Amino acid sequence: MSSSNGVAPTNGTRPAKAHKPSKAGPAATWADDRLGLASMAKKNLRKVFPDHWSFMLGEIALWSFVVLLLTGVFLTLWFRPSMVEVVYDGSYDQLRGIHMSEAYASSLNISFDVRAGLLMRQMHHWAAMVFVASMMIHLLRVFFTGAFRKPRELNWVIGSLLLLLGTLEGFTGYSLPDDLLSGTGIRAADGFMKSMPVVGTYMSFFLFGGEFPGDSIIPRLYTVHVLLIPGLLLALIAAHMLLLVYHKHTQWPGPGRTEQNVVGFPMLPVYAAKAGGFFFVVFGTLALMGGLMSINPVWRFGPYNPAEVTAGSQPDWYMGWPDGALRIMPGLETHIWGVTLSWNVFLPIIVLPGLMFTILMMLPFIEAWITGDKREHHLLQRPRNAPTRTALMVALMTFYGLMWAAGGNDIIALKMRLSINQITYFMRAAVFVGPVIAFLITRRWCISLQRHDKEVLLHGYESGVIMRDAQGGYSEKHLPLPLDRAYTLTARDRDEVFVPETAVDGNGVPSPSNRKDRLRAKLSAYWYGSNIQKPTLAELEESHHHTEIDVAHEAPLEGHAADGHQFDGRHDVSGEELSTKH
Amino acid sequence: MRLTQKISHRIAGRLSAGRRSRVAAPLVLVLGLLVTGGMYAALSPASAQTRTADQDLVAKGRALFLVGCASCHGKNAEGITTVKGGQYGPSLIGVGAAAVDFQVGTGRMPMAQPGPQALRKPPVYDDAEIAALAAYVASLGPGPDIPAASEYDVSNASTEDIARGGEFFRTNCTACHNFAGAGGALPRGRFAPSLQGVSEKHLYEAMLTGPQQMPVFGDQVLTPQDKRQIIAYLKKNEETPNYGGFTLGSLGPVSEGLFAWLVGIGSLVGAAVWIAANSARSRRKQA
Repeated sequence: MSSSNGVAPTNGTRPAKAHKPSKAGPAATWADDRLGLASMAKKNLRKVFPDHWSFMLGEIALWSFVVLLLTGVFLTLWFRPSMVEVVYDGSYDQLRGIHMSEAYASSLNISFDVRAGLLMRQMHHWAAMVFVASMMIHLLRVFFTGAFRKPRELNWVIGSLLLLLGTLEGFTGYSLPDDLLSGTGIRAADGFMKSMPVVGTYMSFFLFGGEFPGDSIIPRLYTVHVLLIPGLLLALIAAHMLLLVYHKHTQWPGPGRTEQNVVGFPMLPVYAAKAGGFFFVVFGTLALMGGLMSINPVWRFGPYNPAEVTAGSQPDWYMGWPDGALRIMPGLETHIWGVTLSWNVFLPIIVLPGLMFTILMMLPFIEAWITGDKREHHLLQRPRNAPTRTALMVALMTFYGLMWAAGGNDIIALKMRLSINQITYFMRAAVFVGPVIAFLITRRWCISLQRHDKEVLLHGYESGVIMRDAQGGYSEKHLPLPLDRAYTLTARDRDEVFVPETAVDGNGVPSPSNRKDRLRAKLSAYWYGSNIQKPTLAELEESHHHTEIDVAHEAPLEGHAADGHQFDGRHDVSGEELSTKH
Repeated sequence: MRLTQKISHRIAGRLSAGRRSRVAAPLVLVLGLLVTGGMYAALSPASAQTRTADQDLVAKGRALFLVGCASCHGKNAEGITTVKGGQYGPSLIGVGAAAVDFQVGTGRMPMAQPGPQALRKPPVYDDAEIAALAAYVASLGPGPDIPAASEYDVSNASTEDIARGGEFFRTNCTACHNFAGAGGALPRGRFAPSLQGVSEKHLYEAMLTGPQQMPVFGDQVLTPQDKRQIIAYLKKNEETPNYGGFTLGSLGPVSEGLFAWLVGIGSLVGAAVWIAANSARSRRKQA
């Protein structure tokens, strides 16, 4: 193809003509002499990535982060993070002459008097919503397919930290415009902080530089929002992607795919085009959303005033689930030595998210400890092949989802004509019962899917061909799976339940890790115990034998088949059609 | 000067002479009552204006009331108490014509069925019938009258009026009705309804009479001018275009989150499936 180096492009009969040498070559040589990137680029530009739609979910997060950086820089050019009181004199009639903070006035200015300002604001906000959402679906994909297992546990931790930081970044951004909703959010955060025993009030005074609201919170949150957290996010994203390159991408099992190789397409030109194209898809989608769908209409909220509040005061969606926990929490308080301990705030909004986040980060380590699996894994698992793990995440999702719904209880009550009290009572029970039900159903569902896989491997798939035998009985013909499909289904490890060493060694001395091992054995037995393992070689050979008997049994029918019977999957039927005569 | 002194001395003398008369004490009492009553009528804070209603209109209203309203509110609008001591229908004595005009004019009354709250629906009675009902209820006892058109006319509202109305709205109304007047939930299935598309007169009457769950914003809390400014703010918002695009119901972050997931994540995951399905090496057949 390439003709820039002057070599003949074909083996044609006409003599090759030397082309003019390209100017890119000497320029590249000049750069390589000084930077030495050619050897690295040569290796990495052809780096192979496997192809599957679910591997692109993290990319949505990456590209929406790029959109956040671009639109965010635009917004900083006009936003003034100041709580100085000004009188609004801009284009929006409904607020003209009203006293407000400079931060809110500049947000209105961006919305109404800066060209494309409102589009940028809305794109920035939609991108933030999609950024956190795509991190979460990426996390779910990684968990359900077992891509977090060794050697990728630390990348899981980094990813969890990215989710946490993304959430905090979102909250600080939500607070900056200093509208009524923002201020209500900061007021709530102040209350959360103050619910912490002993340190709460000190932390609040430290953060606000005195009593709420003071005049320093907006500038401080601004520094956190545009400098501190984006810096951390960039560093962690870089680490996340470097580890991705270092570990190489996981792949689905299949013919030719092993723990030692990666089957897919090279970075250049295929993935550069696909990923680059996907960036434009993400950018375009966010631009359309920013242009067409109103988000955070700050001019409708009015400036923050501690005496005012609006119905439907909610955080952005990713803070919705702790808000839901707060909403359904019964009003528990302890009064002791003249101090009030607000468990009704402290437990749902400080303890619960901290606990949930710790569990999230520890998941790979918990599973590795239970299963005792210390091998490296580069081939992914189908969710059904890890029933207990899949069920665990579905239970966590159910818990999250119910809490999330509880966070919108007033909107649900309003729009579905329900009683907000009944929703609250229901949720109080459902957040405990729902995850258990979801766990049990998912686990059994996965196991029955495994059973189905095994059945298909041993008895073939349902062909849809109905056979009538000599007695007039009917049966559906099952056909053996294609070989590559059968390979893919069997390309998984047998689960091994952990068996503890004998509790007492040869000299009658109890093992020091005895109790821990027994717990681990119990958990491991539950984790793997009910799983359906893939068929053994003997079972497969026996099933093949059965198939041969079937074929032999039908052999006398050969040549006497009634019309249509040739479509039994064992004969070449190219060019044949079912007769229309009866 | 001297003449007035002389006359006042003479009057004082006459009065003084009659102060031991038998009729003096009852006369003073009657005079005192008249002055107190007159002063009260003139200076009372309660806006108990009673217009002498046309007797025919009242009679017509009473006929309608007995057919359509009395089953819950009682034959004399005295209210009906349930066995458990609750109210089947509250007493309407003293609620005034404005309350009737609001409840019946917005279709809330008569209620279609019992429930936590009467719902807005197309009105059952026409304007003449509503006026008759209002006249009848107003005749039962003094209460707020239907506001005159000039009281809720906001066609001449200035920008200052609108901005000030916004301040009143955020202070008094948004906590229940939401920042855009889209409505909000209240305990036990009750709710603050949407204010979008409600007529100026009904907005004014709602503030004046406090229907259902709503508190009364009497003229001492929000003066007629304040009420007008709030209405001006709401009407200005209705005629202002939605600068951000589709409002998604103006319900705040819950509906925004829903759209971020359904539209944003939905379409982007769809795009990922599409990109992955079009593999580099598989040439799609030209149809």
